[in-house]
Amino acid sequence: MSPLGTAAQPIRVAIVGAGPAGFYAAERLLKESDPVYEIDMYDRLPTPFGLVRNGVAPDHQKIKSVTAAFDRIATNPRFRFFGNVELGRDVTVDDLKDFYHQLLYSTGAQTDRPLGIPGDDLLGSHPATEFVAWYNGHPDYRDCQFDLSQERVAVVGVGNVAVDVARILCRTPEELVKTDIADYALEALRHSRVKEVFILGRRGPAQAAFTAPEAKELGELADCDTFVLPEEAELDPLSQDSLAGADRADVRKVEIIQELAHRQPTGKSKRLTLRFLVSPVELIGDDQGRVISMKLVKNELYATAAGSLRSRAIDQFETLDVGLVFRSIGYRGVPLPGVPFHDSWGVIPNNNGRVIDQESHEPVVGQYTAGWIKRGPTGVIGTNKPDAAETVEMMIADARENRILHATHPNSAEVESFVRRRQPQYVSYQDWLKLDAIELNRGKELGRPRLKFTRVADMLAALER
Amino acid sequence: MKVRNILATKKGRIITISPDEPVRRAVSLFVEHRIGALVVLDEAERLVGIVSERDVIRAAVQDELLFDRPVRDIMTRQVVIGMPQDDVISVAHTMLERRFRHLPIMEEEKLVGIISIGDVLKTQRDAYKGEVETLETQIIAQGED
Repeated sequence: MSPLGTAAQPIRVAIVGAGPAGFYAAERLLKESDPVYEIDMYDRLPTPFGLVRNGVAPDHQKIKSVTAAFDRIATNPRFRFFGNVELGRDVTVDDLKDFYHQLLYSTGAQTDRPLGIPGDDLLGSHPATEFVAWYNGHPDYRDCQFDLSQERVAVVGVGNVAVDVARILCRTPEELVKTDIADYALEALRHSRVKEVFILGRRGPAQAAFTAPEAKELGELADCDTFVLPEEAELDPLSQDSLAGADRADVRKVEIIQELAHRQPTGKSKRLTLRFLVSPVELIGDDQGRVISMKLVKNELYATAAGSLRSRAIDQFETLDVGLVFRSIGYRGVPLPGVPFHDSWGVIPNNNGRVIDQESHEPVVGQYTAGWIKRGPTGVIGTNKPDAAETVEMMIADARENRILHATHPNSAEVESFVRRRQPQYVSYQDWLKLDAIELNRGKELGRPRLKFTRVADMLAALER
Repeated sequence: MKVRNILATKKGRIITISPDEPVRRAVSLFVEHRIGALVVLDEAERLVGIVSERDVIRAAVQDELLFDRPVRDIMTRQVVIGMPQDDVISVAHTMLERRFRHLPIMEEEKLVGIISIGDVLKTQRDAYKGEVETLETQIIAQGED
């Protein structure tokens, strides 16, 4: 028998989660020759690319172009995709251990943290991530209902997700039709009565997590005037100091926000207001349990011992009438069955990508993690490349030292028949490429970049299953 | 980027030392674990100081026979403590300005990790690498339009 790690008997890896981190890890593993790797990538959805497909805003098509690089990785004969196969539902970690020497979890961060305030669960209060998944056509969220008959909406948070949600709410149907937004979402937004959107940040303009280009984009919407309250655009002395040594991009972001504070209304039909130094302390409902307003407290900033600026409430309150609330205070990972999980941070505990047992604090042999489920939800798509590279270094070092799982059936044909038994409707990369071509074609007929399938059943039907 | 995003990937055992242990022990832990500082915890697991390579060198100038002395004699007692929610960029600034290289992180009065200036540098390098990667991808895509 050939030694393990050669082309005849490669190290077999299962990557769970087909987002950017999974693909970057696959790319790096497939380049390695000592040992040689063979990869099966699993995803619970029939479609690959994770948040590139289901998270990146539809009006940011350029960002989605990274999938061309992922397609190239998938052409490697030592790479396979098993879509529509879910860990915990169709296969377990113990199953995978029979077939693979190493397991890599790159499942990302799928949910939002709750605000943790009274009224959080009123009707009309939603995680922003659900709205994002809905307008992007994620099969699990396509049937969500959002009451777009409301005129006033609050988006809590100043990260990229909050900004995306606010921007999509303020776009015109003419702007949205040029995107690959889900068709039902386009239709719902066509009939939206939303007129006034508030983005609420608990800290100041200098601490906002969105970038300068994103801030600029908010000021250039076709039929929406964007404002900042002048008193909230002013930097406090601590923020001024922090900006003294900051990146040019951060300085520019603050300049853009301050420019918005000098804007006069131009009579556009929607208004978007960025608010700073405010936190919701309560959502108030009507007798039907529907949110009708939110109580806000004013904040001030203080410096922690380590120098970061945090907010604390001062004794000033106001009430904001809103009928729809999206909370976006950060994506959060969900635990995988049979895999250690750090509950308060929403990540798989790890040391440079090696999964760590929480009792012994020692690495779990053969198990690794990359991407947002490894470090938490931070960074751009490309940040997952160095992140995945770090994990792969550990995988290679461990494989060379034979610290791997002793798979009893490390054989690609056996895996395929096993997966077929568990999930006869699994989707291969070839299948996905067919779906992709159909989506692109359907879009082309409508003058749109793509018309997505949003139900798993429709995807399978298109594949003549 | 928050401190907890660094700590999430450094979830091994936290190496600590008692103030009563000899400096020799601290030095061997530095070498064994390839680290530059140890958090000093008393019997009640309270943080009482931090001992770094720099502390050892500073003390060695005064006393070449310091290896048998207890860690408490040479440790730094005024320790800046970070929180998982601290912004990495601010922490980097504070570490540079105040010239210290290791920051213990506590959450709800419990030590949850320690980050070094090297960790901060690596995080920032990877953040920049990631941004460059993403921008390059977009520029290439623009060229293909």
